[in-house]
Amino acid sequence: MTARQWQTLLFTSLGLGVIWAFVIFAILAAGFSLLEGTGLMPSSVQITICGLMAGMLGLIPIRRRTRGLIAGFALGISLLFHLLATDTPFQNPEANPLLQSLGALLGSLLLVMVLVFSFRTLGPGVLNRRRWELCILSSLQVFGFVFFTVIVVLPFYVMLMTSLKSQQALLMNPLDLTPNWRQDGWAIFRSYIELFRDFNFGRYIGVSAIVSLATVALTLLFAIPGAYAVARLRFEGRKVLSRSILLIYLVPAIVLVIPLYVIFSQLGLRNSLMGLLIVYPATTLPVALYMLQGYFRGIPPELEEAALMDGCSRMVAIRQVTMPLSIPALASVGLYVFMIAWNEFLFAFMFLDDPSIFTLPRGVVSLNSSEVPRQHLMAGAVISTVPILILFLWAERFLVKGLTAGSVKG
Amino acid sequence: MSVLSKSKLGPLARREQRLALGLLLPTVLIVFAIVLFPLLATFWISFKPVTLADLRPPEIFVRERTRGLKNIQAAGDSFRLEYRLRNSSQTEWVRQVVLEDTLPSGLEITDLDSRCKLAGRELRCELGDWEPAQNEKLRFQAQVAEGWLIEREDPGKTQPTITGESSNKLLSSNFTLENFSDVFVMREFEAILLVTFAYTVLGTLGAIVVGLFAAQLLNLSFPGRMIFRGLFLFPYVAPVIAMAFTWLVLLDPNSGALNALLLQMGAIETPINFFGIRWTEVELFGLNLPIPLALLMVIAFEVWRYFPLSFLFILARMQSVPQDMFEAAEMDGATPFQKFRELWLPQLAGILAVLFLLRFIWTFNKFDDIFLLTGGAAGTRTLTVSVYEQAFAINNLGAGCAVAVVISLLLGLFALAYFRSLPAEEGL
Repeated sequence: MTARQWQTLLFTSLGLGVIWAFVIFAILAAGFSLLEGTGLMPSSVQITICGLMAGMLGLIPIRRRTRGLIAGFALGISLLFHLLATDTPFQNPEANPLLQSLGALLGSLLLVMVLVFSFRTLGPGVLNRRRWELCILSSLQVFGFVFFTVIVVLPFYVMLMTSLKSQQALLMNPLDLTPNWRQDGWAIFRSYIELFRDFNFGRYIGVSAIVSLATVALTLLFAIPGAYAVARLRFEGRKVLSRSILLIYLVPAIVLVIPLYVIFSQLGLRNSLMGLLIVYPATTLPVALYMLQGYFRGIPPELEEAALMDGCSRMVAIRQVTMPLSIPALASVGLYVFMIAWNEFLFAFMFLDDPSIFTLPRGVVSLNSSEVPRQHLMAGAVISTVPILILFLWAERFLVKGLTAGSVKG
Repeated sequence: MSVLSKSKLGPLARREQRLALGLLLPTVLIVFAIVLFPLLATFWISFKPVTLADLRPPEIFVRERTRGLKNIQAAGDSFRLEYRLRNSSQTEWVRQVVLEDTLPSGLEITDLDSRCKLAGRELRCELGDWEPAQNEKLRFQAQVAEGWLIEREDPGKTQPTITGESSNKLLSSNFTLENFSDVFVMREFEAILLVTFAYTVLGTLGAIVVGLFAAQLLNLSFPGRMIFRGLFLFPYVAPVIAMAFTWLVLLDPNSGALNALLLQMGAIETPINFFGIRWTEVELFGLNLPIPLALLMVIAFEVWRYFPLSFLFILARMQSVPQDMFEAAEMDGATPFQKFRELWLPQLAGILAVLFLLRFIWTFNKFDDIFLLTGGAAGTRTLTVSVYEQAFAINNLGAGCAVAVVISLLLGLFALAYFRSLPAEEGL
């Protein structure tokens, strides 16, 4: 190896070591802070020196990195972490010291493991550009998974935990998100109990479910024949029509909301579920039509033609040949429309004034006032999120297909 | 030869046309009524001086009163019957006003107004045209007969009815350009446009870049890949309302966990009001850079919530690209970044362009997210939030529609660009 290659190896190993030490110990410190309710932060000297030491792994030939050596590295770094601390390992005597020691050990272990994974292709004697890029790429991949997991999970974790806290606990220490598990009985769910008892949330769930299901039914009822016509039948203006579907689809709700508000006010439809049930299917129809006609085109027309040849009428052929083949597509579109209707906020917010017909999003907005405590708002958020997430996990395959086809919208 | 492709003029083809029309008609009618008609109405209202209060048509309010009813002892005594009328509108005429009321039996009006007639028990007064805010008291002396004394029925028991014709302000031929001049002269209109485009461009690019990164990760094969894919979709699948409020709670300057965390870990000295600060200075390499904090936060929220869509779209395309090209490149010793730059990006360029245009339009249309996070405060007011602001906060429906018209026109331009650049196989 040339001097230049040694230089690259040294910089890469030690650099990645220090960067990963900062990433891992900062995440661990933040995580422990949220669990313990008090701030933990090791000093940057601690982290830098531990990172440099971990980076040394890259200077050891790949074949010599035995399990024993790796374990030794982890223990050594953990020890170094303890020795360099001026106080308890994470520099905060208020938090449980044993937990801090465990955290130091865990952090060292994770650090060494990430680096061993990253340095699989990096070592003395074998350095070239491809191996170096693979090393950086491995690091980026691990970082990507950590990054995405943290940014996705953190808000959901905060939402759930805040909803289980009491008002005093939240005011006393905003950092402490761990609920008090030692309360007796159902006390921990008090926000939820109050929402269902005093704020009518049971009713909102029912209204939301009815509105969403009815929207799905109405949308499919009109979209299936329409999509079939666009996909299969030849008629004048078909090209224009299929282009305008997408165009109409791009018209935002905010442009329509004022005229609809005016017209519905004068017709007496504004503060009614009927009004929502007119607007929701109309706004989801274009996307449903767009998605379904794409699918219908994918079904070989020969199947239907065979049925027509056998003397079936067109309607029978649609019902008995095309529909059974399209069930996956109908499921995708139905779930996608359900999701749009369940999550819809603008029209529900503008149209509904009467608390007895609030949908869930409208109900949650009504909790956003200074008189309603924060944990109630978060409990409302959880209540509106959980059903849709359960549905998503249960039917992920279909919904993902719908999302991909409909991801023109959002 | 396909049965479905008959010649154009045959009877079968005509039947097919009729069927198509029958299948499509309900959808077309619904979409016309709820999307296209309101869109046209937006243009119409934008030229009219209409406020939220005008939604209630002008009418005549009436209150009925009696005086001296209690003092009546015997037949021949009289009391005063009074109708107080007022035109509720400060600006509009109400024409051909007619008051009708049913009086109790056994009453006689001694000084009937010339505009009024009493036929049996039915009182009917034709009061003519009323100017804005006009009010009047109609007074009568009512003399009671024997019959009335039995039940002593109060004339107020039957409600008087008022009919009158008022022009609906929405349908009048009264047009104005004031809404547009209001909107364009608005001192902050340029700022709103700037914020809108900053939000749209940065939000779209951010979501696509982050989505591209996520798609690269999930294109690897490893156990648990589907779990991660599901997890990464959570921000998009969950209701916007729940996610926006969670971000607000998490980032709250006083009771938010993130500020508390940063404070306790020593990263900051005073809590940061992430969604409330228009400009803040950040020191970078000795330079003080002004940062539009609240705007960047709503952009971050947009990127966080919509990267799942980009990654789904990109991942679907990545998995349909033939693998042999990459294997060949591998054999030739291509490095990972070379492969990304030379092979992946050209393969994905088409889909990224389509995605950019579509996401651009949808981000441009976005209202809920910013409205829930900041309500348009602290330098985050986009055109869509401005529509709401004008129409429902300032109560000026006309001005709100004028902003909506600006949105529609810009959108038309974007849609044109989209259809122009659409590759043939992507389109309909």
